[in-house]
Amino acid sequence: MLRIDCPWCGTRDEVEFSFGGESHLTRPTLDASDAVWSDYLFNKDNPKGIHYERWMHHFGCGRWFNVARDTLTHEIHAIYEMGAAKPDLAVKDPDS
Amino acid sequence: MTPSPTHRLTSGGRIDRSRPLSFKFNGKQLQGYSGDTIASALLANGIGTVNRSFKYHRPRGVMSAGVEETNALLTVSGGNGDIPVVRTTVRALVDGHLIKSPSGFPNVNFDLGRVLDFTHQFWAAGFYNKLFKWPSWRWYEGTVRRMAGLGKLPDGEDGNKYFHHNVHCDVLIVGAGPAGLAAALGCANSGARVLLVEQDHELGGSLLADGAQINAIDSDTWLSRTTSTLEDAANVTVMTSSTVSGYYDHNVLTITDRSTTGVVRFWKVRAKEVLLATGAFEQPLVFENNDRPGVMLANAAMAYVLRYAVKPAHVMVVATNNDTAYRVAFALHDNGVRVPAIVDSRENIAEEVSKEAGERGIPIMAGSVVLDTVGTKALTRVSVGRLSNDGRSTVDPTSVIACQGLAMSGGFNPNCSLYSQAGGSLRYDAQLACFVPDEEKACRQRVTVAGAANGKFSLADALTEGARTGSTVTGEAGFACLPAEVATSALSSYHLKAMRFTPTGDTSRQWVDFAHDVTVADIELAVRENFVSVEHLKRYTTVGMAVDQGKTSNLNALTLLAELTDRSVEEVGTTTFRPPFMPVPLGAIAGPRHGDFYAPARLLPAHDWHADHGAVFENYGPWKRPEYYTTNGRDRETAIREEVLALRRSAGLFDGSPLGKIEINGPDAGEFLNRIYVNNALTLKPGRVRYGIMLSENGIVIDDGVFARLADDCYLLSTTTANADHITAWLEQWHQCEWPDLNLVISTVTSQWAVATLAGPNARTLLQEIESDIDFSVQALPHMTLTTGTFLGMHARVQRVSFSGEMSFEISVPALDGRQVMETLMNSGGDRITLIGIEALTILRTEKGYLHVGGDTDGMTNALDIGFGGIVARKKTDFVGKRSLLRGGDQRKDRRQFVGVEPLNDNEELESGAHFITSQREGRRSQGVVTSACFSPTLNRVIGLGLLEGGFARKGETVTVFDDGRTFDVRITDPTFYDPGGEKMNA
Repeated sequence: MLRIDCPWCGTRDEVEFSFGGESHLTRPTLDASDAVWSDYLFNKDNPKGIHYERWMHHFGCGRWFNVARDTLTHEIHAIYEMGAAKPDLAVKDPDS
Repeated sequence: MTPSPTHRLTSGGRIDRSRPLSFKFNGKQLQGYSGDTIASALLANGIGTVNRSFKYHRPRGVMSAGVEETNALLTVSGGNGDIPVVRTTVRALVDGHLIKSPSGFPNVNFDLGRVLDFTHQFWAAGFYNKLFKWPSWRWYEGTVRRMAGLGKLPDGEDGNKYFHHNVHCDVLIVGAGPAGLAAALGCANSGARVLLVEQDHELGGSLLADGAQINAIDSDTWLSRTTSTLEDAANVTVMTSSTVSGYYDHNVLTITDRSTTGVVRFWKVRAKEVLLATGAFEQPLVFENNDRPGVMLANAAMAYVLRYAVKPAHVMVVATNNDTAYRVAFALHDNGVRVPAIVDSRENIAEEVSKEAGERGIPIMAGSVVLDTVGTKALTRVSVGRLSNDGRSTVDPTSVIACQGLAMSGGFNPNCSLYSQAGGSLRYDAQLACFVPDEEKACRQRVTVAGAANGKFSLADALTEGARTGSTVTGEAGFACLPAEVATSALSSYHLKAMRFTPTGDTSRQWVDFAHDVTVADIELAVRENFVSVEHLKRYTTVGMAVDQGKTSNLNALTLLAELTDRSVEEVGTTTFRPPFMPVPLGAIAGPRHGDFYAPARLLPAHDWHADHGAVFENYGPWKRPEYYTTNGRDRETAIREEVLALRRSAGLFDGSPLGKIEINGPDAGEFLNRIYVNNALTLKPGRVRYGIMLSENGIVIDDGVFARLADDCYLLSTTTANADHITAWLEQWHQCEWPDLNLVISTVTSQWAVATLAGPNARTLLQEIESDIDFSVQALPHMTLTTGTFLGMHARVQRVSFSGEMSFEISVPALDGRQVMETLMNSGGDRITLIGIEALTILRTEKGYLHVGGDTDGMTNALDIGFGGIVARKKTDFVGKRSLLRGGDQRKDRRQFVGVEPLNDNEELESGAHFITSQREGRRSQGVVTSACFSPTLNRVIGLGLLEGGFARKGETVTVFDDGRTFDVRITDPTFYDPGGEKMNA
């Protein structure tokens, strides 16, 4: 069970949070092609390694924020606000 | 008169002879002492056969003294009904215990099921896939399952209490054997919060049956001093009878705590550092009939003699491939058990052990292995053979030794289950012939392994490593700590020979897994059939899959698989360890969350008032709401029908308080809602109300309800009751993640307001009789408008919206005033007004053709399918889900569309869930479903709603409906059956 450092409330247990899937998605405009739209709807990143995702402190401040989490080790490399750019993390090869 | 135990020593052990306990085993009255386990008490009474084996119904006796037990899994009554599969080797004996063998017909000593053993050649691995092909497996399944059971689940309520706890600590030490105690001793008084968890009811682990010297005092004294030191240390919490069963991410571990009788506590621990001192499991030797009662693990024999003062048998042969079993032989001998021989597969025996054996007059048969055993209920003799020079066979002559027991040691295998769960890697140590933590590969978690769990099998090494790692991990957690001073002079040699299998004999009688009756022949068969991956071998033969999870069988199975496939054990690898290490009762996982605590009930502000008026409550999501009212003793059907008619004729009062209410405040509130709703939110004028639907980004209808504009920068949304929380969270997500630049605040006000809905032709007249400054006239307050004012002296919002199709006023007042509004309206209205439950409202809305999202729509229904095509086409700007509606598939004319249905025959029973089907000619395919159906008291006939392929263009058409075997014809209609022009609603 993860331990997540909420930027507003401090470090709390995973049970207090909701997971919101991949972050940094750009919502296409109405004139987007079917292919672009369906890619946005259905194709989600699923890396072995660092995943940039959004979490919400459901039983706390109710704020959404971003988390860079290693899907293999569950190590959390960065926590940053919604709208902030992806942090520059040296992505380690999970097999090394 | 209870016979006195035949196998109990007159002195010694950790039992309390001043506290005798009586218990029954299979109806027979027996005696034990406080401090006994059920298994030790059975052995003390000379009970050899305690159970029958899972598959072949062979007699089985106690084989271990710990959690690895495969045989003595018995049914125990403890005041809460019969509990099956109790590990009697670790469960403390309680006065009055009733203990039963779960299998054996007619009894455990004579079992007709043994016929399976005599015909064992038919029941090899995978037999049910090969033998029971005709007529089918189902034909045999019942019999097979009955014969293979492990006991029966108790009937009735579980009398145990279950609790959840959470705890944080700096250092968690799992296991209070030599290594764990040495570690804990060092960090006592370091200031670190230390949690020491032991699954036994006493601290000590192997020291509970040792007798060695530690720091120049005997181990019993050292143990009691250490225990008091730890109990006195303010920073150390000691938990006994508590098993760490799971190791999860970010150093969370779970503990099943049984330290209080009748209570199971489930702990979640978050530890900065974890030290695993989980010990090791002794491994069995494999020879013919190695499963007979009387054959047990050597360290178990030692535990019974030294800890429980029980002789497992009066005469015991010791068989081994390493030095540790010599200490067992000496302990047995010194306590009056005759040891006729130590059978040792090694040729050269170290002098330090052979000398001591010689002093006791115990003969050593070096270079020899056990070939076979004889005896049905108890062992009578074993035969022993000398290994040939290459070790692949035995040479004559064979010796036969009379005995009643056999203690065997195949060396130890570290208990690495938790380390593995933590993500740690194991490596095969060829010298020790077992799997140890791989120190080359760092584990991703903050975990250290010490003592026997790390392959340090001697007492001296375990103590030293425990002390050292205890200090290291405490330092890592940020506390200064010196290693505890511990030293021992105990015999510490191991000298293991990597040989656990007797090379000759009938392999179908050599057991690898006692619990699931898997033999060497089963593994040979699996290999012949090419199940050579360890994961395949496990699933095909079921080796290691029993309740003990292979604690004594996995290593032997892997070793054998490696040998049969000419690979190294390293190459074969291990199967994956998963939580739980030991079974966790489901009740412990559920904890207190059952019954009323499963989900807290939400009550209406006027709940008691409804109850006083005959409300029959039903659960609607978390809410308890009146389903109908049993006024004048009406039955359910009559009540619902009369409620419907009363509302249509005069007026009905409905408590709508649970309706989801969300306020959006801020200069961008309109813009935000315009992006959320399919409908235009910006053109709505203050004081006006609009019906709107919300879509998922995939175009699917997820919620509907009205929204009102209270002011330029303030909107009030109504959501369906069940979706209220979900929709609030969903709105927040869109605001925070997608459009954070919009200036607004979202607040849930559901429970701030009580809502009384008064509907029906007399609704206005009734309201005008009440004290209020609100003008209820149709000119001032027409349908789909909202006003605020004072009602009965309370601040009120009145909304003209209707779910019934009648003229309707939704009066919202502060929640605690809800009861007064309901009461005043009822008293003032007299018999012109009737209370309406949910069921009546459901019929009213079906008559009006109003859909219920999630009932009349499903996960494939988009905005166009429910008739929102025009609104979607008129709105030029983007909203959630709009792009999806532009896809070709979303616009097809043959999609399932929302329609009304009525049976051609008025008496036909129409049920929701029935399918619209195509004609025989078209192949009887479903083309949609009836989603709502009822008998309409207003129209006096059956009506329904449904989703039908191409439904919009098929009104007036006759379609066949299939319902649970019946077929009949219905007419497709417009969904609105009642007042299609809306005159009544707009009045």
